[in-house]
This record gives sequence, structure tokens and C-alpha cells, in this order.
Amino acid sequence: MEWTDVGVRPTEGFAMSSLLAHHFDDLEQQYDAASLGMWTFLVTEVLFFGGLFTGYAVYRFAYPLGFAEGSLHLDVALGTVNTTVLLLSSLTMALAVHGAQTGHRRALVGLLTATILLGCVFLAIKLFEYHDKFEHHLVPGHAFMLDHPELKGVDPRHVELYYLFYFVMTSLHALHMVIGVVAVGILTVFSAQGRYSPQYHTPIEMIGLYWHFVDIVWVFLFPLLYLIDVQT
Amino acid sequence: MNEARIPDRHYLNADFSVWSWFFTTDHKRIAILYLISITLFFFVGGAAAVLFRLELMTPPGDLVISETYNKLFTMHGVIMVWFFLIPSIPAVMGNFLLPMMVGARDVAFPRLNLLSWYVFMVGGVFTITVMVTGGVDTGWTFYTPYSSTYANTHVMTTAVGIFIVGFSSILTGINFIVTTHTMRAPGLTWFRLPLFVWAQYATSLVMVLATPVLAITLALIAVERGLGVGIFDPALGGDPVLFQHLFWFYSHPAVYIMLLPAMGVVSELITSFSRKRIFGYSFIAFSSVAIAIFGFLVWGHHMFVSGQSMYAGMVFSFMSMLVAIPSAIKVFNWTATLYKGSISWDTPMMYALGFIGLFTLGGLTGVFLATLAVDVHVHDTYFVVAHFHYIMVGGAVMGYMGGLHFWWPKMTGRMYPEGWGRFAAIIIFVGFNLTFFPQFVLGYLGMPRRYHVYPEEFQVLNVMSSAGASILGVGYLIPLGYMIWSLRYGKVAGPNCWGAKGLEWQTPSPPPTHNFEQTPVVTEEAYDYSIPEASPG
Repeated sequence: MEWTDVGVRPTEGFAMSSLLAHHFDDLEQQYDAASLGMWTFLVTEVLFFGGLFTGYAVYRFAYPLGFAEGSLHLDVALGTVNTTVLLLSSLTMALAVHGAQTGHRRALVGLLTATILLGCVFLAIKLFEYHDKFEHHLVPGHAFMLDHPELKGVDPRHVELYYLFYFVMTSLHALHMVIGVVAVGILTVFSAQGRYSPQYHTPIEMIGLYWHFVDIVWVFLFPLLYLIDVQT
Repeated sequence: MNEARIPDRHYLNADFSVWSWFFTTDHKRIAILYLISITLFFFVGGAAAVLFRLELMTPPGDLVISETYNKLFTMHGVIMVWFFLIPSIPAVMGNFLLPMMVGARDVAFPRLNLLSWYVFMVGGVFTITVMVTGGVDTGWTFYTPYSSTYANTHVMTTAVGIFIVGFSSILTGINFIVTTHTMRAPGLTWFRLPLFVWAQYATSLVMVLATPVLAITLALIAVERGLGVGIFDPALGGDPVLFQHLFWFYSHPAVYIMLLPAMGVVSELITSFSRKRIFGYSFIAFSSVAIAIFGFLVWGHHMFVSGQSMYAGMVFSFMSMLVAIPSAIKVFNWTATLYKGSISWDTPMMYALGFIGLFTLGGLTGVFLATLAVDVHVHDTYFVVAHFHYIMVGGAVMGYMGGLHFWWPKMTGRMYPEGWGRFAAIIIFVGFNLTFFPQFVLGYLGMPRRYHVYPEEFQVLNVMSSAGASILGVGYLIPLGYMIWSLRYGKVAGPNCWGAKGLEWQTPSPPPTHNFEQTPVVTEEAYDYSIPEASPG
């Protein structure tokens, strides 16, 4: 057999057998699989949100006035604060991954906790915004009412479509945030128990990827929903 | 005589408790779980077809009323597409074979694999309960406004069921992509992979890229129904054609989720039963990927008469014809493989040859339909119904049946009865053609699809079609019978009963839980039949 031709997979001397699933040859292969799996999953997420972005684009071009009107009723200040909060949480997440790679357990636990707190702040502000829309009858459905339109000749139905996309997109994003907060919560507990080491911290990197992805979705949602230029 | 023996310990008898099946992470056991579930769903979907074919025996609507008829063909479509065809080859044969073909002990994410089966079952049981107890009358396409403004059946719950089941194919797709990339045995380079793996890989790309769009589309339908707003309702500012765009962005590629794996199976069968190296390996491999990619660019050919722009129609028409190129490459290469091969007429080969003929017919009528002017004439007629059944049944199901017979000895350790196998293959071929060929004629003469009352001059062709359907039904029941029979009484197969190439044939039949005692090392290309394996046992 041509062993030289095919090579032998490198084995990691310090591989802890309990961390290596039975069907992988070594930790490197296991890490590669997890990483590719996460990236592929994120691609499906892009397509998932992509359907909504397509719908948004179609209706925004069809009804620019309705979308501008809807956007006027959103609080840009709150949206900006939330964007900042999320970007900060991405920073703490990235630093947490670095902490895991370098084996600083206390920093890791602290940074993961900070990520959770920032995620919760985001969700709280979002909930407050939802409550405000509910009070003003801007939730699509039978109770939808546009009392004082700011733009002349706007069709309330088109504003309702805007709010439909606003709620579907932001609530789907918020759902991803909730899942992320729970996942980071579990990671925090495991980190405090010392499950991760510079040799093995795959779950932290994977959830990190997920967290950044959810952030990036918001980076697109914020300008599309909050920053529609009324002049055009 | 080669005295074959079933090994003492294998994946089936590794543990007998019920929980060892329901909590298994063994890809082979998960494949068996899928096999049992989709067989069940197949016969439920088939029963619906039997009922409406009975109704179509006579011109007036005398057996069922219109609403029931609508619910029957919707049930048939929904179950066959999402609960049989899409999971069929990937979830059964892909799960069973892909890890073995790449020389791995399991798929990359075994627990995710089990989860995908549970997700599938939750979606499946939920949907079928809804369809049997309430029913949906929109057709499997859920076109708005049938599914929105004018819906008075269980659209929302069915949409939820299909939404759920979508995640099972996403999980399977992710698993296969990662397994193919990271779990290949030493020496198994991409161009030494069996063509079945290439086909599965291309299929997985489609599953991963298309299914999420269906999920969000159905979610929007559910939101529209739930809140009473008009995302797709023109009266409320929505656009019903947008639904069709989103739906076909998934559902056209979904045709290739059904067909590509069958092409992979046929590539394996043709080369095994011709005892000859496959002709044009890399062409077949790349044509799978090409079909997967082109498949994403042709969805508009379902909408030639839906009011999309003329220029969009022309582009989609042209792109659709391009799909014929990689498809034809495959057919030519298979035919060239047969040339001067030493062909044996075992059951799997009969299905493979049937596939080539029926797929060619289905594919060529697809080119008719991709032609704008012809499509305007035959759109929404039985011509379309016949065309896609030649692809989905004549193609995908024939491939599935061929593969099931080919790998049955590997899965169970026992042979199915060869005589009965060939008999059923012929019955299925005859029954299939008798069912669907008259539908080409019906459609050309102008009989629209989805009507249960029709003018008397169409009766002869409809009776032919219904008669064919009953033959086809019998053809599917025979294998069900003898396959179950063979579990106990079939001849013991031995590790490589076909003398075929491929790592899966180097394991005992049935294989042990971890497939290989030692990770195999691959030193040769796939299908090198110049060096014979052990003679058929």
C-alpha cells in the first residue's frame, strides 16, 4: 500500500478521549466538521432572512410613500442605541472567544456574562418599542389604525404592509437573539465549570459565529427599517 | 458454491431494546427508521391517488364531490413531495451509504441526524393528521389567493407541518455536506468518490439553499392568514405573484432534490451491472453540480402565464433549456457505459434502464414546456402532469426502487427473490407508462389538470390512465410483500453479492455498528472493474 502517498492523519498528543466523539479520528477533524457545519447553517439562515428581504424590497419599491410613513413612526434614537448595544455585544463575544483561546477562564466567564447582559438590554428596548407600537395601533391586523398620517396621500394599507415586515423581520431577529442568549448562558455555566481549554473550546467559537451573524442581520435591518429617507 | 454467512454481530442485532432504536445515533439505524416511515407515507399518498383515479373513470363527478376531489389531489401531492420523494433517496440510502462510501464510522453530526428524523416525524404526523381529518384544497403549490383570501380549509396548520418538515431536510443537507468534506478516508480524493456521493452532495446544496426560502414563504402565508393582512392579497396591496416567485424559488430546485439522488443511484447501478468503468466520470460528477446550480435560475418557467414580464419569460425559457445539457450529458455517459459492457439483467439494472428511458421522455417533454409558445398552449393541462410524473415517478421512484433492491442485501444481509423482483419491475414499468402516457395526449388535447368533471370524449384516455394506475399500485405492493418476506426467508447475501466496487461492499452484510474495523485506505479510482472483486456469492 502506498502509505507515503496517502499520508496518515496527525494525532494530537494531548487529545482528551472524552472530548473526541467516537466517529472522528482527531480533534482537528472534529473542529473542522463543527466549523463547516456552523457556516453551512448560517448560509441557510441567510436564505431564510433573504426571503423576507426580497419581500421587503418588492414592497418598498412598490409603495415608497407607505414605507416612509411607517418609518417615521419608529424611534431612531432607540434604534441607534440598540445598534450600539448589539455591536458592543459582538465585541464582548469576540473577546470571549479570544479569552477561551488563550485560556483566561475568568475573562471568558466575565465576557460571556457581559454578552448576555447586552443581549438582554437589546431585547428589553425592543420590547419597549413593540409596546409603544401596540399602544398606537400600529400592529398589523384588525386593530391597525393610522390616526395622524404625516405624509399626504399615504394609503394606510401600505403602511400596514411596512409594519408587517417590520414586525416579522424584527421578531424573527429577536427570536434568534433569545436563542443566542440562552446558548451563551449555557456556555457561561460550562466555562465557569472549566470545561473549555485552549485545546478545546469549539462550542464557544461556534456560538460566537452565530452571535455575530445575528448582529449582522440587525446591521441590515436598522437602516432598512429606521432610516428611510422621507424626502425621496 | 460460496457459503455466505450472516455475521454474528451487526448493526441490527447490536441491541434489541426499543430505546436502542428510538435513541440511536447510528446512521444505518436512522436510515431504517426513515425507510419505514416514508414507506408508510408513500402508501398513504398512493391511496389518495387511487381514490381520485377511480373518480376519473367516468366523466361526471359521481364518486366524490369537488371539495373532496380537491382535497384528495392536494393530499397526494403534499405527501408524495414532502414526505416521500424529498426524503426518499437522501434520507434512506444517503444516510445508510454516504458514511460507508466515504469510509467513515458515521455522519459528521450523528445526534443532529437523529433529530432530523424526529423533526420529520413530527411534521409528517402533524400534516397527515390535518389532511386526513380536515383536508386542504389548495393543491400542493398553496397558490394565493386559494391559500389566503379564498381559503376555507386547514391551510395554516398544513403550512406549519411543512415548515417543520423543511428543517429535517436542512439538517440532513448540512450533515451530508460536512460529512463529504471532512470525513473522507485517507486516499479518498474528491475524484475517487462514488458518483452517488457527488449526487448527494449536489442535492444537499439544494436542500440547504432552497428549503429556508420555502420555510419563510409558508411562514408569511401563516402570518397572512393569522393576522388577516394582505402580504399576497392584491385587494390589500399585496402581490400574489410574489408568492409564486418565492414558492418556485424553492420548489423548482426541489425537483432536483428528488431527481439528483436518483441519478446518483443510476450511475452506480449502470456501472456495476455493466462490469465496466463508468464512461466520463468527471462529466457525470460535474453535471450533478451544474444541475444543482442551473436549478436555481429557472423557477420562472412555472410562471409563463402568471403575468411576469415577457423578457423575464424569455430569460427563464432559455435558462430552462440549459438544464437539458447536463441532463443529456448524464444520459449519454450512461449509454456509453453500457456499450460493450457485460450487462446482466438483475432487478436493479432493470430499474436503472427503465429510469434512463422514462427520464429521457420526461426531460424532453420538459424542453417542450420550457418553450414559451408551447407552454401557453399546454400550461395547467395534463401534459404538465404527465411530464413531471415521468420525472418524479419514472425518474426518482424508479431510481429509488433500483437502489433499494441493489443495497437491500447490504442493509438486511439477505437477498430479495430475484424472479419476483424482475416481475415487479416489469409490472411497474408497464403500469407507469399506461398511467401517464395517455395523460400527455389528454393534455395536448386540452384537458386541464385538477378538474374532476370532464367531457365524454376524454373518457377512453382517462380509463386507460386509471387502469394503468391500478397496475402500478399492484406493482408497488409486490415488492412490499417480498421484501418483508426476504427479511426472514431470503437467501443469505454475503458481503458483496454483486461483485461491485465501492467501500460499502467491503463491509460484512449487514455491516457492524461502526462500519469498518479499521479506517480503509483508498488507493484506486472508483469503478475500476478491470480488477474483479470476489465473484458474486
